[in-house]
Amino acid sequence: MRTTHHANVRSFRLSTRSGPFSLLHPQNLLHISSSASSSAHFPPKKMLARLASKRLLEIRQVFRQSPQTSRSLSTALNYHIDSPDNNPDVPWEFSDANKEKVKEIISHYPSNYKQSAVIPLLDLAQQQQGGWLPVSAMNAVAKVIEVAPIRVYEVATFYSMFNRSKVGKYHLLVCGTTPCMIRGSREIEDALLKHLGVKRNEVTKDGLFSVGEMECMGCCVNAPMITVADYSNGSEGYTYNYYEDVTPKRVVEIVEMLRRGEKLPPGTQNPLRTKSGPEGGNTTLLSEPKPPPCRDLDAC
Amino acid sequence: MGLGLLASRTLRTTTILSKSPRIFASQDPSNALRSIVSTPELQNPEAAAAAQPNPTPDLPPRTPVAGARVHLPNPDDAIEVFVDGYPVKIPKGMTVLQACEVAGVDIPRFCYHSRLSIAGNCRMCLVEVEKSPKPVASCAMPALPGMKIKTDTPVAKKAREGVMEFLLMNHPLDCPICDQGGECDLQDQSMAFGSDRGRFTEMKRSVVDKNLGPLVKTVMTRCIQCTRCVRFATEVAGVQDLGMLGRGSGEEIGTYVEKLMTSELSGNVIDICPVGALTSKPFAFKARNWELKGTESIDVTDAVGSNIRIDSRGPEVMRILPRLNEDINEEWISDKTRFCYDGLKRQRLNDPMIRGPDGRFKTVSWRDALAVVAEIAHQVKPEEIVGIAGQLSDAESMMALKDFLNKMGSNNVWCEGNDMHPCADLRSGYLLNSSIGGLEKADVFLLVGTQPRVEAAMVNARIRKTVRATHAKVGYIGPATDFNYDHQHLGTGPQTLLEIAEGRHPFCSALLNAKNPAIIVGAGLFERKDKDAIFYAVETIAKLGKVVRSDWNGLNVLLRNAAQAAALDLGLVPESGKNIESAKFLYLMGADDVNLDKLPDDAFVVYQGHHGDRSVYRANVIFPASAFSEKEGTYENTEGCTQQTLPAVPTVGDARDDWKIIRALSEVAGMQLPYDTPGAIRSRIKTVAPNLLHMDERDPATFSASLKPDFCQKMSLTAFGTTVENFYMTDPITRASKIMAQCSALLLKK
Repeated sequence: MRTTHHANVRSFRLSTRSGPFSLLHPQNLLHISSSASSSAHFPPKKMLARLASKRLLEIRQVFRQSPQTSRSLSTALNYHIDSPDNNPDVPWEFSDANKEKVKEIISHYPSNYKQSAVIPLLDLAQQQQGGWLPVSAMNAVAKVIEVAPIRVYEVATFYSMFNRSKVGKYHLLVCGTTPCMIRGSREIEDALLKHLGVKRNEVTKDGLFSVGEMECMGCCVNAPMITVADYSNGSEGYTYNYYEDVTPKRVVEIVEMLRRGEKLPPGTQNPLRTKSGPEGGNTTLLSEPKPPPCRDLDAC
Repeated sequence: MGLGLLASRTLRTTTILSKSPRIFASQDPSNALRSIVSTPELQNPEAAAAAQPNPTPDLPPRTPVAGARVHLPNPDDAIEVFVDGYPVKIPKGMTVLQACEVAGVDIPRFCYHSRLSIAGNCRMCLVEVEKSPKPVASCAMPALPGMKIKTDTPVAKKAREGVMEFLLMNHPLDCPICDQGGECDLQDQSMAFGSDRGRFTEMKRSVVDKNLGPLVKTVMTRCIQCTRCVRFATEVAGVQDLGMLGRGSGEEIGTYVEKLMTSELSGNVIDICPVGALTSKPFAFKARNWELKGTESIDVTDAVGSNIRIDSRGPEVMRILPRLNEDINEEWISDKTRFCYDGLKRQRLNDPMIRGPDGRFKTVSWRDALAVVAEIAHQVKPEEIVGIAGQLSDAESMMALKDFLNKMGSNNVWCEGNDMHPCADLRSGYLLNSSIGGLEKADVFLLVGTQPRVEAAMVNARIRKTVRATHAKVGYIGPATDFNYDHQHLGTGPQTLLEIAEGRHPFCSALLNAKNPAIIVGAGLFERKDKDAIFYAVETIAKLGKVVRSDWNGLNVLLRNAAQAAALDLGLVPESGKNIESAKFLYLMGADDVNLDKLPDDAFVVYQGHHGDRSVYRANVIFPASAFSEKEGTYENTEGCTQQTLPAVPTVGDARDDWKIIRALSEVAGMQLPYDTPGAIRSRIKTVAPNLLHMDERDPATFSASLKPDFCQKMSLTAFGTTVENFYMTDPITRASKIMAQCSALLLKK
């Protein structure tokens, strides 16, 4: 047999996703340690209890180092749980306008490779449903492209932009990739979550907002950035706008503007910048660029 | 073995090699002291030189891994590659991994499986190929002419070690409580190719277990995402239920929606899973594989005769696993075969019993039971004696039963499932003449009154394989049923058959244009009154479509029971059709599926068998017999291949082998049968059906239906029926099995 592979205390098998259910969750630990110290009536036991609580404190500290012990997966669960509004028996169909679009999308592919249309069709279905894909919508897509439903589920679970649980009318996606993270995307997410009073991938009570995480959208030069997927007008008025150079204060403003229904120009939110240009105007390349040196053809 | 030290060693040698090969070649004593290396070449400069591009011609020949064979259909297509300097000729299109296998080098692998499509996602099979900048995944890389493959260089070793470290990152260290322990690919390969430590200190991930039904237990945290099960379900089993969900480190195998695996082959995912993620639910925590004794036997729950290994511990059958037989079951078995074993422990008949006047059974001694039966047998008229062999009977006992009844003056003996007018004259009339493996050559199938998925799951798997590979057309005549491949439902009964025979049906053109058409007739039709007319119609179609030729015989009958073929070979054909109605002495040898409603009330019924099943309710005397796992018995499968079961466990109670009971009864009855040993009874069988002595050989039927006289009988137009209602419960063993009961409860719920 192999020798110890992981000696670290953190290599205990924990349920990574379901924090509250795990026995070693910080909150639970707190509870255990307090009960242990209160029940210590006898001196030797007291010492033991103190030792135990000290150990538990250490373990807690290990957890405190990484407040999110669960993996921050941008998508939710990889399996489906039946709920009244999301189960295979809920009828779902493309709307008549979208049926035309479906035909159009499928016509892009050879007839024997219909399944290639899975991503555009899932996207269309998601727009029609208001930003998320119920399992019956995936089944409908599977029927259209004539594959087993599991092949569609595979695709929908792979791509983090397919939401398999309800999202708000404005789905706010915070980029969490390295450049944005360095420029403070964590604070931005925290500010959003705190302002809206929800957890990640949760919808606000009024159904307007939800916050999710996504990977790099290629706006690193304007990091940090958020994306607002606007499902408030169905698939016709669907927009997917980037708001760049945001600050914790600015994202709250953006949220409030969206709530008031104000139109807000996408792009950088730093008034001193123009698009991806440097703050306060250019500092280099100020003169007219010199023409490239050309060979003097006549000299030959 | 200090294989763990390989890590530091490999790292060292690579750095040394990259700097100066000279140091490596000169045996540094400290280097040799510090490490133990499994390959001597690294220690030995001469051998290392031999592994260099110039292959020395006097390399000793190597034996291919696991009997890997090279079949060169066209010698011009052969290419030569060098595996560790050893030249090997392989056909074009083989992968690097296969070339290595032919050269006798076993490449570690997890996702690659020879019977599934190539995924190339575990990366364990990395090898070094000369002039390739990176190690290549040998399972997915086609071998090219002159390729120089190196499998034991430091680069290859380091690559494997790295892959192994990644695989073990998220794999729990729960081998002591894992059912796969001891037969786990990951365990074995981490011993051989892994490092002794990992550098991963983060949290291991955990995955929610999936409910795949009563047969397959899942511990998804152990899964290494090789996708073998997904590919098996999609490609072989034909149920697209499993998939790979999520991505990156969140990736997991699942069904997404709560769904049970509804395949008759689902148990095979247990075998192909290289780790303990999918294990057998009934076998969970029952035994370790090194405690088990394996007995190579064959399966009797259907007519396919799948090759199995019965794993037993002491007197108990612990599990059943498939054995490789390319011609019959490849390396799969059906769930019924795999999980029927718990039926062997329940409802068993232990002692001889006689029904008393109060209607209750009383345990008696063998001597008393035999004496009572012998006395009654002499009291009835010879033509009132009837014997029926059950569907699990072996050839020896059927021979003994027939000889005994013949000696008593009766010839009313047959095997259930064969009806009372079987056509036993021409072997081709009741065998799967194309052979199971031969079905792969067929390009059009016509299934007449058979549902192969439930009647013979392995034959169905073969048809599915053919349909998948060659897009062969399948036409089906019979009641609507589940197929796991594309098929045309042509009709439900003889009407459609007649249309095809007369050339009026659109499917005729497919049959006529086929190169190797195969017609498969279900043995369920044997029970129809108009079966001769149906077979005549089928033969007409065969003539029409040139199904029977000298190089191809595509006219097949798919039998249902393990005993049927041998019974017909031995001539278990009753004299008169209506013998049950007039029987006064009925000898049931494990026959539980016979309809005894018409049996006169005063008839004396002897039941000889291993399970207290249906017929026991009517029996007057019970002789306990041994089950297939407890005896040596000859069985002939539906394609005419003779195989043997071997005793894996002792019999229960006072039970005896079937043929021995009949032999003993014959002596008590005063007409002793002339055989005392299995050898002697086999030489008796030799005089009747010599093919039953050619073990593990398929004796094809020599004469085909052309010898049959033309026949004109009115065909009734009632539609064909379903032969097997419940796949999981077809014989006394499976009916007694708790696991099969759970499965059929799910089947009925669906």
